[in-house]
Amino acid sequence: MSKLTDLSITEALAGLAAKKFSAVELAAAHITAVEKTRPLKALVTETPEIARKQAKESDARRAQGSAGALDGIPFAIKDLFCTKGVRTTASSKILENFVPTYESTVTQKLFDAGIVMLGKACNDEFGFGTANVNTPYGPVISPWSGTDPGAANRKLVPGGSSGGSAAIVAARAAMAATGTDTGGSSRQPASFTGIVGMKPTYGRCSRWGIIAFASSLDQAGLLTRSVADMALTLREMSGFDPKDSTSADKPVPDFTQAIGQSAKGLRIGIPKEYRVAGMNADIDGTWRKGEAMLKAAGAEIVEISLPHTKYALPVYYIIAPAEASSNLARYDGVRYGLRVPGESLSDMYANTRAAGFTKEARRRILVGTYVLSAGYYDAYYLKAQKVRRLIRNDFDEALKKCDALLAPIAPSTAFAIGEKQDDPVQMYLEDIYTVSLNLAGLPGIAVPVGLGSDGLPIGLQLIGRAFDESTLFRAASALEKEASFTHKPPFTA
Amino acid sequence: MATVTGRTCEWEMVIGLEVHAQITSNAKLFSGASAEFGAAPNAQVSLIDAAFPGMLPVINGKCVEQAVRTGLGLKAQINLISVFDRKNYFYADLPAGYQISQYKQPIVGTGEILLDLADGETRTIGITRLHLEQDAGKSMHDQSPNETYVDLNRAGVALMEIVSEPDMRSGEEAGAYLKKLRAIMRYLGTCDGNMEEGSMRCDVNLSMRRMGETTLGTRCEIKNVNSIRFVQQAIEYESRRQVEVLEGGGKVAQETRLWDTSKGETRSMRSKEEAHDYRYFPDPDLLPLRLDAKWVDDIKKTLPELPDDKKARFIKEYGLKPYDASVLVAEKASADFFEKVAKGRDGKLAANWVTGEFFGALNKLGLGIENSPISADALGGLVDLISDSTISGRIAKDVFEEMLASSKPAAQIVEEKGLRKVTDTGAIEKAIDQILAANADKVAEYKSGKDKLFGFFVGQVMKATGGKANPAMLNDLLKKKLAD
Amino acid sequence: MSIDAKTVAKIAHLARIKVPEAEHQQLTGELGKILDWIAQLNEVDTSKVEPLANCNDEFLRWREDKVTDGGKVDDILANAPAKTAGFFTVPKVIE
Repeated sequence: MSKLTDLSITEALAGLAAKKFSAVELAAAHITAVEKTRPLKALVTETPEIARKQAKESDARRAQGSAGALDGIPFAIKDLFCTKGVRTTASSKILENFVPTYESTVTQKLFDAGIVMLGKACNDEFGFGTANVNTPYGPVISPWSGTDPGAANRKLVPGGSSGGSAAIVAARAAMAATGTDTGGSSRQPASFTGIVGMKPTYGRCSRWGIIAFASSLDQAGLLTRSVADMALTLREMSGFDPKDSTSADKPVPDFTQAIGQSAKGLRIGIPKEYRVAGMNADIDGTWRKGEAMLKAAGAEIVEISLPHTKYALPVYYIIAPAEASSNLARYDGVRYGLRVPGESLSDMYANTRAAGFTKEARRRILVGTYVLSAGYYDAYYLKAQKVRRLIRNDFDEALKKCDALLAPIAPSTAFAIGEKQDDPVQMYLEDIYTVSLNLAGLPGIAVPVGLGSDGLPIGLQLIGRAFDESTLFRAASALEKEASFTHKPPFTA
Repeated sequence: MATVTGRTCEWEMVIGLEVHAQITSNAKLFSGASAEFGAAPNAQVSLIDAAFPGMLPVINGKCVEQAVRTGLGLKAQINLISVFDRKNYFYADLPAGYQISQYKQPIVGTGEILLDLADGETRTIGITRLHLEQDAGKSMHDQSPNETYVDLNRAGVALMEIVSEPDMRSGEEAGAYLKKLRAIMRYLGTCDGNMEEGSMRCDVNLSMRRMGETTLGTRCEIKNVNSIRFVQQAIEYESRRQVEVLEGGGKVAQETRLWDTSKGETRSMRSKEEAHDYRYFPDPDLLPLRLDAKWVDDIKKTLPELPDDKKARFIKEYGLKPYDASVLVAEKASADFFEKVAKGRDGKLAANWVTGEFFGALNKLGLGIENSPISADALGGLVDLISDSTISGRIAKDVFEEMLASSKPAAQIVEEKGLRKVTDTGAIEKAIDQILAANADKVAEYKSGKDKLFGFFVGQVMKATGGKANPAMLNDLLKKKLAD
Repeated sequence: MSIDAKTVAKIAHLARIKVPEAEHQQLTGELGKILDWIAQLNEVDTSKVEPLANCNDEFLRWREDKVTDGGKVDDILANAPAKTAGFFTVPKVIE
């Protein structure tokens, strides 16, 4: 039998049901694994005592025949989810001692399904980043090294903002981890670390209790090691929440039904504008391979166009910072979090926020404040919202001609920590393939397909129609089967 | 219209009022915490009101309805689609660092209010808009030498911001506007209009211009005016201040000023008033608000009769004078009380009694109609006794006093105290004879031309009969006797 | 369409974030670069396009007017950096 920490959720549930091992044993193995992976700095807060307690309760439930759908499965929770009684920092100094007195809707649903919490996963502060370096608790280090000369001495980024979630799952110290996805934060790290990542349709999961970055773009996300695990967990996490006015009042299908369904007859669209000149050869090559794999599985390949593709990034980098600048105004040292004294109230605010936010957070808040300010609103924010509609229209049109789109996730494989940090715009360009989805509110799933010539993972994303995650799971499941990606990072628990 | 007499010419006031009215509802606008006044600090605060991380707003349908009702009461356009925007600024009593308000697409558009002015004059004032927004918490600066205390109970309570056109031209008009607006909201049950408690607040926008000019001058906004009287005082002061500045060749600085009650003057806010850049944008946690046209219509159909219509009807149905009708319709409870008394009775007489003795008594006792010691039926009973001449108006006042003290019905008091008007001519004649006999010299004077003494005799006979003589009869009999 | 240091200072004040003198120049440069980059949106013709504010196409759902919250002063004050007698406390504000 493989190590307990190598199992997928599906395999673990089978093992638990067959009494091959208990939830307590499963938890113990993962708690040890978490300790071993501490050099990665993937977790801000470890919660072994809670995990042990929850595992015990899980076994009791299972003994009584009332096990939940994910009962006993060890998870990490991204530190943007408010967990009752457990420190929640948003991976920021400004919330370093914040202990919520409430539980987010998504984590409550997962706990109701029986998960066991190993700890709070590190991320780019408030979601601001693509490498998980923008945090005083990091930087998070990828369990991957690659095969390039000198690789052993280079520490790589796991991607961001859900870098901690990706690292801990890829390193086999947690079976799954929640993430969030505002501009690709659950998909890009999945690609960098060779695991499955997903962003559901906007409104599919509740945002209540998730520390807000950009309200019209944020969604709960997830990192797992298989598409089947993803389908099961997403089903448990999803659902209408009356406490969230943007939550969609739509029934949640049983996504697990789509796993293993044949891809025959599926029309897969290839967005031609994503094939940019000078594109990384490995990324392009993997994309073509993915296309061929789906064709081999019986899908029909269709070329489609998303004409406004190149504007997605500037649109995103106006709307996201604008909403963030307003959402982060509440971090002022008055009611919770860090407070740095000042001579006046205004001074206290300014000192607190200067000390509590990273430079990236400060940049985004200032950009956001600027684009909303008098005289600039029409030129920036309003303009961006109009182009956003054009981008969504592009997808609506394209998804009439096909059932899902296949696209790259990141313009390269994982880069080194410290690279690209001097130029904010360089970092923003990392999001080039992922932000459109958030702007359009559509679901997307990242599936690991192969390794680049540098020995680092490359994933591809499937993009679907709103609330049609089932079709995505069908296509992803087929792609996963064809790709047969079994590579593990050199550093595992 | 009042003007300010300057050194060189007459100056006209241009006044607009912005009223913030707390909506009567159980819970707040976007959270389920209670909206009631007066609880212990932070006892009525939801995590949403306190802007904890991850918290989200959900709108209270009742508050939407109350705004629509008020809009209909102002004969205003109801916008079936409206949008909530964030108004961003930092202050201790604004936990999120933004207020959820409405900017470009408010729930209610243009409307109007009719002012009741002195001498029965009326004037129509335009309403520019009404929108929904959150109230802020309370900061207290006087509790401690170095600290400000923050209580968020009020944070998130629903407010209607009602903006008037700059159509008012005097403090009197401003007062009349506030009175009428308050009455309309109280009739509708959408706001209790209590300025002292802060459930209705008023900011005054005032600019001055020379009589005859049509362009607008630079205006100042005066905040912190929490009674109608202070609004009028502030207008008085500020209009003169601005005229002095302008006549001195200066420019009025566009700024926000505070009304200082103790000094009776407005002053610039000490914190250098930086032009606020609120960076309004649609709140991404909320979707647009849509109203169903039929639902709005149903509300319109079920609105109670409002003060203006009721006043017109009182004048028509009961033959009341406009002034008396105005007094009665100022509060719905008064108007309802009056109608109960007036039902099947002489409307004018009922009105006299309600606005006169009855309101006078309530005032003296410091009571409201809700806890009136005399019911409408009871008062009606008293009016009946006057109408059928059982007692005189004068006696009725005594009976009224007794009703207040004892809660006994009027008829019972009249019987017990034997206050019936004396209509027995014999008794009156006897009294007249007695008086004339005792005042023979005056009788002589009267007969030789001093007509005025008639009144003296009337008075004396009335006194002798304990005020009970039927006046008409007294007059006739006295005349006859004196003619002999 | 670059940005100048004075504007950066104004924006930093609006956002209540103190920026040390030493960092002003670099910050101005970075912000300028970002703003120049996003200005490419001007190329797009949006004259006949309605803005898209939220991907949820529906309208606001209404809540019942019931008191379902509040009455939890301890939770509200649990994380307060400074508090007295049920109030949050902050440096005194002079109006």
